[in-house]
Amino acid sequence: MSARVITITSGKGGVGKTTVTANLGVALAMRGQRVVTIDADIGLRNLDVMLGLENRIVYDLVDVVEGRCRLRQALVRDKRLQELYLLPAAQTRDKSALRAEDMVRVCNELRESFDFLLIDSPAGIEQGFRNAVAPADEVLIVTNPEVAAVRDADRVIGLIEAEGKGPARLIINRLKPELVRRGDMLDTSAVLELLAIDLIGIIPEDETVIVAANTGRPVAFTDNSLAGRAFHNIARRLMGEEVPFAPIKEPGFLGRIFRWMRSEGEEQR
Amino acid sequence: MAQDPIAIKGIRQGLLITLGEGPWDALMEALERRLEKGAAFFRGGRAALDVGPRPLDEAQIRQTRDLLARYGVDLWAVRGTAEATIVATVRAGLSPLLAPEGATGGAEPSEQEETPPVPAGGLVVERTVRSGQRIEHPGDVIVIGDVHAGAEIVAGRHVIVWGKLHGVVHAGALGDESAVVCALDLAPTQLRIADHIARSPEERRRRPVPEMARVRHGRIEAVPWPHR
Repeated sequence: MSARVITITSGKGGVGKTTVTANLGVALAMRGQRVVTIDADIGLRNLDVMLGLENRIVYDLVDVVEGRCRLRQALVRDKRLQELYLLPAAQTRDKSALRAEDMVRVCNELRESFDFLLIDSPAGIEQGFRNAVAPADEVLIVTNPEVAAVRDADRVIGLIEAEGKGPARLIINRLKPELVRRGDMLDTSAVLELLAIDLIGIIPEDETVIVAANTGRPVAFTDNSLAGRAFHNIARRLMGEEVPFAPIKEPGFLGRIFRWMRSEGEEQR
Repeated sequence: MAQDPIAIKGIRQGLLITLGEGPWDALMEALERRLEKGAAFFRGGRAALDVGPRPLDEAQIRQTRDLLARYGVDLWAVRGTAEATIVATVRAGLSPLLAPEGATGGAEPSEQEETPPVPAGGLVVERTVRSGQRIEHPGDVIVIGDVHAGAEIVAGRHVIVWGKLHGVVHAGALGDESAVVCALDLAPTQLRIADHIARSPEERRRRPVPEMARVRHGRIEAVPWPHR
């Protein structure tokens, strides 16, 4: 038995890497998988807060690498799910406290005992990103349907391809169906056309995600929110299930006619 | 016998040999007959081949080049509209374009001396070129894939993109004004040829058509591609 190491990254900050990591960890663990979520954002750790495990941290990733504790001692078990663990980042250090080899070594040590290792990458394309991607078997790119986020995602996809870690798969986070319908937001097909990679999930904008993050209880724990269901769909796809992409209210027939009429009008101007 | 499938005419850069319809071996035989007949005329010349939509592979291009070489003719370019032909041409170290295109019309006199020869040989890039990636090559650059916004292509000679061109592109970067940029969807953030700079029109077309950008009268203009 050997775990799949999946790194979640984005290039741009604030698009929802940590939210995705926390929720996928929860969703996979609820489906009986043994999961470790690893916070590779040394110095700016958040994953522990989102999972509600901040007050249980004793040791962290840097302690493991520098030999102050054994790896097992640094793993924080989730208070709700038996098979969900967190390997927290150090908050008082920075990215230079870790090298790519360290990440590879830690992951290899964990591979034997788990099904999934989910690495939450820091934003950017510097050392912290490289550390997070080094041990990855697979990479998930998180983006928002915004031009700047998509541009950064493209940059990161290029770097991952150059590392031979591809093909990366895409998660579109915070899609607002209302804005897409009005033609004010990039829709799914526009993002996919811009990035030319496979899609693994679409997370609709959902206020409950923010509330959940603040209370340390990821939405994936409950099945009654749109976003929570979307995270479970990604988890199922990661486990090899064919899950169709439910249309999140893409423009209906009338909407399409309207959009078509409007774009015609614009061309004539 | 039917009409000769081989047409040969003179253009500014030498001879232009146009291959018509028919099986490949028959075309090669017909070409050899023509070369035999006018052996003295052909010797020492240089020629470009126009194959139209027929896809040629590298072996066929080399075969043609070797046949011409036996009669003292130097094959320097192969013009074709099939993707396979363009790739094979560059792989064989030949130019996929007769630049400046349209020169056969003789409508305008040559404005400048021949630019110094750029190292021959093209670079074929068979992947998506993404934001932050830069491709630099002294000869032709052929991309089979898309060039995304934020990516850069810099070539000493021509740039051909068999896909969308949304990034920054610089052809003739060493000063060659006869260099051209061709793409199935020519919508670069910025397009440069030698010292000339142009931007794409702000509004995007809904249905892109293949276009070629070139320098005419000191300005960059885009014309349909392939251009006759």
